[in-house]
Order: sequence, then structure tokens, then C-alpha cells
Amino acid sequence: MLKAIVTIHLKKSILDPQGSAVHRALKALGYQGVEEVRVGKHIEVFLADTNKGEAEEKVKEMCAKLLANPVIEDYRIEIVEVGA
Amino acid sequence: MKFGVVVFPGSNCDADCYHVIDKVLEQPVTYLWHGHDDLQGVDCIIVPGGFSYGDYLRTGSIARFSPVMNKVVDFGKKGGLILGICNGFQILTEAGLLPGALIRNPSLQFRCENAYLRVERADTPFTNEFTRGQVIQIPIAHGEGSYVADEETLKRIEDNGQVLFRYCNARGEITPEANPNGSLHNIAGIINDEGNVLGMMPHPERCSEKILGGEDGLLLFKSLVKWWMGGAGR
Repeated sequence: MLKAIVTIHLKKSILDPQGSAVHRALKALGYQGVEEVRVGKHIEVFLADTNKGEAEEKVKEMCAKLLANPVIEDYRIEIVEVGA
Repeated sequence: MKFGVVVFPGSNCDADCYHVIDKVLEQPVTYLWHGHDDLQGVDCIIVPGGFSYGDYLRTGSIARFSPVMNKVVDFGKKGGLILGICNGFQILTEAGLLPGALIRNPSLQFRCENAYLRVERADTPFTNEFTRGQVIQIPIAHGEGSYVADEETLKRIEDNGQVLFRYCNARGEITPEANPNGSLHNIAGIINDEGNVLGMMPHPERCSEKILGGEDGLLLFKSLVKWWMGGAGR
């Protein structure tokens, strides 16, 4: 079985209010030198496929259709093998 | 003129829209269940506010793939009249019927208040009962209503006159203070290139009767009927 780890972030050009709020909270906790915080999504998709290339193509399509909104988000896909 | 109000699991302004069309506007109206793909011969579709499918993943992202929405998208592409309010606006952008996207308000606040809007055009199916530059008051209620689009898209919709409503102050001035959600260019509502699909964050169905504090919203629904009766429906 394969696992696709999809990481989704707002594009750099899009303001991330959640990230800014967390950033302020970290500052309030006294952490120095935190330059910026961006909050994203982590999605794990478990696939019956065995071919990593085919799996990646399939997950790319899932991202384009549903998992990410290309207008505001970028995504990254990592395919790993997991035990059955 | 027959209206259809789409109902998703999590819609919560569907009954308000239905009520305004039926009791105030006095036009035929039917609900369109998300799981059916029959538009029942309606002339105008309202995609109402709420939290369709729990707003999981992104607002509107899952609703956009429901059986009824496939038909709604076809209907819109053929020139059918569609009005998306609040969550409905978010769904229409996800469905690709309108450009841009709605993201979390930079304030992180859920803003629930009356908003002043400036009507930018009065020559559309949705705004012909208003006058250009008119300042109206329509309530908003959303946490994710900040309109964003890339520069090219923003320029295109501005050049095409696709912005119908902008947040303003009581004098009609477009200022940062009058912007409740950080929307680019104070955008509160836009139409598509062809002019038959409107998406807006404010809720016209919540101010269509005097007893609810205002009737500015009713002018939008009246505009649709006037436009339809004036020839579009023949």
C-alpha cells in the first residue's frame, strides 16, 4: 500500500491570517526571532496502488480537482510505502 | 418567473430565501435538493448561505461536486441566472463560475453586522432597480469573506465592470475602515464576464421586509423579476 502525504499552503502572495495569529501568540510567549508563521493543511491519502508514479499522477489530479484550490493554494505531494 | 433555492446539508439561509421569493416577491419558488440533478425548469437559481457540508476542507469545496451543482454549472454556462449569497458565493468560485476566491477574514473575526454597499452598476439583471452609485445597507455574516484574486484577474474584472457591490461608508466612500473583511478593492459582490451569475457576501434576503429593518435587499430580487419580465424570459 502507498501513502500520499499532501501538504497544502496558501500561496506566498496570499495573506495567512491564521499564521499571523499564531505568530503573534508565539511572540506573546516570549519566543524571539520568529520571522513568520504560515499555517497549512496536511492530508494523508492511503492508496491500494503499488506504482509510485501512477499514484502521484492520481493524487495530482485529486489536488487539482478537490484537495487544493489553485487560485489561492500551492501543494506538495510525497509518496511513501506503508505496510499492509 | 420561477426560482429554485438549492439546499445542501448545512445550508441555513435556504428558508429565508424561499420565504422572500414566495411571500414578499410573490413568485413561484421550489427547493432544489443537493442530491438530485433535476433543476425543475426554474428560471433563476439561488445558492444560499450556510455551511454546506460543514465547510470541510475549504468553504464550498465539497458542495461544488454535488449532483445538483453539476447541473447548476451547466445552467450558468448556458446563460441561466444564478445568485450566490455568502456560502453560495464561495461555492460559485469553487465551481469556477466566478473568478477569485474567498479566504479567512484577516481580523479572524466572524463579522455579523449591517454593511454599507455602493452599487457600482445599475444596468445588470441583478441591479436594475438600484441607481448607479447608490449607497445601500445589507447585513453580512461570515468568517471567510475576504475576496482575493491574482492581479491579472483583478484588473480584468475591474476593466470589465464585473464588480457590482463594494463595501463603503455611509457617504459611499470606499475606505479601508469600511471594509469589514479585507477584501481586495473592497469587493462585496461580482458578476461573471457574461453577466448572468452574481456572487455576493452580504445577505439581501435578510433585509427584504420593513419588519426586519430594511428593504434594500428586496430591490435585488425585484431587479431579477423586472429584467425577466422585460424580455429576457420570452
